[in-house]
Amino acid sequence: MKRHALSTRLWHWVNAGALVVLFMSGLTISNAHRRLYWGNYGFDPADAWLHVMRFPGWITLPARYNLAAARDWHNTAALVFAFGLLAIWLAMVANGHFRRDLATSARDWTFGAWRAALAQKGTAGMPYNPLQKLAYGALFALVLPLMVATGLAMSPGFEPFAPWLVDVLGGRQSARSIHFITTWALVGFVVGHVALTLVSGPVRLIGAMVHGGRREETGA
Amino acid sequence: MSGVNRRGVLAGLTALGAGACSDLHKTKTAQDVFRTAEDWHRAAHRLLAGRERLAPEYRPDQRSSDMRGNGSLTVDSDFYREQLANGFADWQLQVTGLVAEPLSLSIDDIRALPQRSQITRHDCVEGWSAIAEWRGPQLGTLLDRAQLRPEANFIVFRCADTLYGRPYYESIDLVDAYHPQTIIAHELNGAALPEKNGAPLRMRIERHLGYKHAKYLTAIEAVATLDDIGKGKGGFWEDLAGYQWYAGI
Repeated sequence: MKRHALSTRLWHWVNAGALVVLFMSGLTISNAHRRLYWGNYGFDPADAWLHVMRFPGWITLPARYNLAAARDWHNTAALVFAFGLLAIWLAMVANGHFRRDLATSARDWTFGAWRAALAQKGTAGMPYNPLQKLAYGALFALVLPLMVATGLAMSPGFEPFAPWLVDVLGGRQSARSIHFITTWALVGFVVGHVALTLVSGPVRLIGAMVHGGRREETGA
Repeated sequence: MSGVNRRGVLAGLTALGAGACSDLHKTKTAQDVFRTAEDWHRAAHRLLAGRERLAPEYRPDQRSSDMRGNGSLTVDSDFYREQLANGFADWQLQVTGLVAEPLSLSIDDIRALPQRSQITRHDCVEGWSAIAEWRGPQLGTLLDRAQLRPEANFIVFRCADTLYGRPYYESIDLVDAYHPQTIIAHELNGAALPEKNGAPLRMRIERHLGYKHAKYLTAIEAVATLDDIGKGKGGFWEDLAGYQWYAGI
């Protein structure tokens, strides 16, 4: 049995590409109005909870400020990201990846299990250790859906269909603020994800995410 | 191929992508993909929200302290200054194009039509929002009185203001034109529309971002196609900077 199903591998790389585009074009969109607010409205500097830095051209898309082009990139990649998330959820529920490798049980929520996971040497086999399960679980169930939800909540054409979504998030400017904060949570995940891959056998792990690898049971 | 080489290829592709992306948006292929994505968003919104679903309306105490002015904040002409001083006594709004009965309406004529008041949120493409009360007749009322012809597919808004030397204009399709909250506002928060917000008349198209809400309105024109207007992309910012014609995102 392969370590990663074809659906997982496809989604992983397509999603990685979409996230790079979304992040860089999102920074351009942030540059268009560099203040964040809570509630439904906000334009006055006095009402801002955060004055955001101007993101430099080397990290924005496009490199030279162009809000229209950034929105084109963002709204196009958003479709790939959102429908990709839906697809991978359906796939990992259907093929058992979720139940087998990601779903937690009561013993995954103990300090002892977390200490054991941290003490683990070398690379983890399958299913994932409790900390991996929690990290991927938070990513799939909270962080990624929250990016979609807060993005949709900012769309005046979508809002008439689901005004409750904007209300639940605390208003349109709150949705915008949460979208921004969640971006950095996601950046934090990606940094940790790449760092852990690099220290635990990058050739084998990245190779496995390309050609599938071989599943090694930990027998946990 | 070894894993190292694969990694090199992936890293190379990513770097190439990131570097090339800077100008990639100008290519025909990229534009085709972007316009397809825009069409999908619009189709999804239309499917989910239909023709009639309303943008949220707020209570008076939920309004923002001000309605920020953005883009043109006045019209640089002697006629406009004179009209501003005398309460727009000679301002006329034309309803023209593919209509059986063209109209020319004064501000008093517009006030005499059935009115709609709505406290709605204005979302600018830049990211900020403001909440204010708007009042005016529904666009649908005017189009019905002018007897819109069946060949009409779009409504074009002509404006008195110019930006970067070009006249401002905008356009919407008939679904948005007949949406209940699409009104020609002449009042903001219970007073005559202020200069910075588009006096004497501006559009409110509540399921769209702010740049669609044309200010300093002089004419409403029904057309079959947008190709012959401006640069053919349906609006001032669309022509000038490539903004999306569908501004529901």
